[in-house]
Amino acid sequence: MEIFFQQIVNGLVQGSVYALVALGYTMVYGILGLINFAHGEVVMIGAMLALSSLNAMLGWGMPPLLALPLSLAFTMLGCMALGYGIERIAYRPLRHAPRLAPLITAIGVSIVLQNLAMMVWGRQYHAFPQMIANNTHTLAGAIINDVQIIIFITALAIMAGLMVVVHRTRLGRAMRAVAEDQHAAQLMGVDINRVISITFMLGSALAAVAGLMVSANYGLAHYYMGFLLGLKAFTAAVLGGIGNLRGAMLGGLLLGLIESLGAGYIGDLTGGFMGSNYQDVFAFFVLIAVLVLRPSGLLGERLAERA
Amino acid sequence: MTDSLLEIHDLQVAYGGIHAVKGVTLQIAPGELVALIGSNGAGKTTTLKTLAGLLHPVSGQIRYDGKDLHNIAAHQRVAMGITLVPEGRGIFARLTVQENLQMGAYSRNGQHEIAADLARMYELFPRLAERKDQLAGTLSGGEQQMAAMARALMSRPRLLMLDEPSMGLAPLMVQKIFETVRDIAALGMSILLVEQNARLALQAAQRGYVMESGAITLAGASGELLGSEAVQRAYLGG
Repeated sequence: MEIFFQQIVNGLVQGSVYALVALGYTMVYGILGLINFAHGEVVMIGAMLALSSLNAMLGWGMPPLLALPLSLAFTMLGCMALGYGIERIAYRPLRHAPRLAPLITAIGVSIVLQNLAMMVWGRQYHAFPQMIANNTHTLAGAIINDVQIIIFITALAIMAGLMVVVHRTRLGRAMRAVAEDQHAAQLMGVDINRVISITFMLGSALAAVAGLMVSANYGLAHYYMGFLLGLKAFTAAVLGGIGNLRGAMLGGLLLGLIESLGAGYIGDLTGGFMGSNYQDVFAFFVLIAVLVLRPSGLLGERLAERA
Repeated sequence: MTDSLLEIHDLQVAYGGIHAVKGVTLQIAPGELVALIGSNGAGKTTTLKTLAGLLHPVSGQIRYDGKDLHNIAAHQRVAMGITLVPEGRGIFARLTVQENLQMGAYSRNGQHEIAADLARMYELFPRLAERKDQLAGTLSGGEQQMAAMARALMSRPRLLMLDEPSMGLAPLMVQKIFETVRDIAALGMSILLVEQNARLALQAAQRGYVMESGAITLAGASGELLGSEAVQRAYLGG
């Protein structure tokens, strides 16, 4: 039973990070119908920017409690600029092209960003500086540390904040309007290019936070980390119903749990034939299962529009 | 005609390989209700979309309130007072009725004025008040048309363009929509009404234009057009 609770804790923490990244996929999909495969690389760049800026600030002798928020702000701004640039340079010129063109471009952007990161930060793993004591606590037999608690609570707070923006503000209304009907939104006076840019920047800001969280949780960052993470977050978005914000959050948490429980029990289930190193397989089982059984995802809805 | 709110001169529009508008010239004075009638595919909707800025003309001039609209984007035209209720209404089905109306005021500032206008819309359209927290996609066709018109009014237009407001509605609802169009016209804004139901449109309007295969073929006071043999034969089933 202890393993069970431990895997639940791990799954929720990891899942909350997936959820943040999945929101970026689903927001862009909702508004443009585009799967922004470069989004995982934005998370990676976020992790790298966070790491570099933190190391620099700590090197200057800045206290960790000041360096962390400053570095987070720097990372978010950096990723927002990156997200804006990606949309402006790679996707906007293809706005009216066949759907395959921006999809292939997205993969291209992803490769470009990976290689850029490799040139700047090298091929080696970077250790994330340990800044807080990171005490561990025992909860129903499961062990959870301070970093995990901070990650989980921050992720939930950010998601709640995003829901407020999308459902309670003028900007959020405009985003939902553009997602539904770009022409009609223009007729309301909405500058759709601006709304699309803001959507990319919001998603990228979430990716920045996620990047910092992942590297803080595992203590590592690497130029290739965005690929698998991006693919899993995409899976989470599909699981919840792509284009649906609540779905992305639910899908992220569920995927984290499935993966974690799967990794915890796969050894027992296969009589030791497979170990927890097969953890990554579960995300893709989920992806295939959803695409076969329920392509619209758990919360994907289809609202009939009357004439 | 120098005091026109809208002046279109020799407008030509092509899209998707179709030369849909081939030389439209028309004027609308402030406060005037003008009908643009014609059969399916005559280029009426294309004309309206071009005026709203969704399509770009090949040539010709559009002057609104003395300004050339050539390089003004669709979203900027709304702030200038040009509002289109598109064919098929363009309601945001997944937004609530109230959110739809708020979207109408997107380009405006002033929370209090917007709230006051919202209250006026609910007075004008009590049905919408009853359903303000419902998703707009759950409204009936007639209610959606009302929501689209109320939403357009929320932008405080000086030139309101209506594209086939009666399309797909039951006869009773069509009557109601046209009553509303007259009520709105009485508020003093200019209205350009595109309709296939030529009789109703001309009865509501002061002047009318007849459009055929992309060009204006007849223009005049509504009464004259209603009496004209050509119009009767082609559009009034007489």
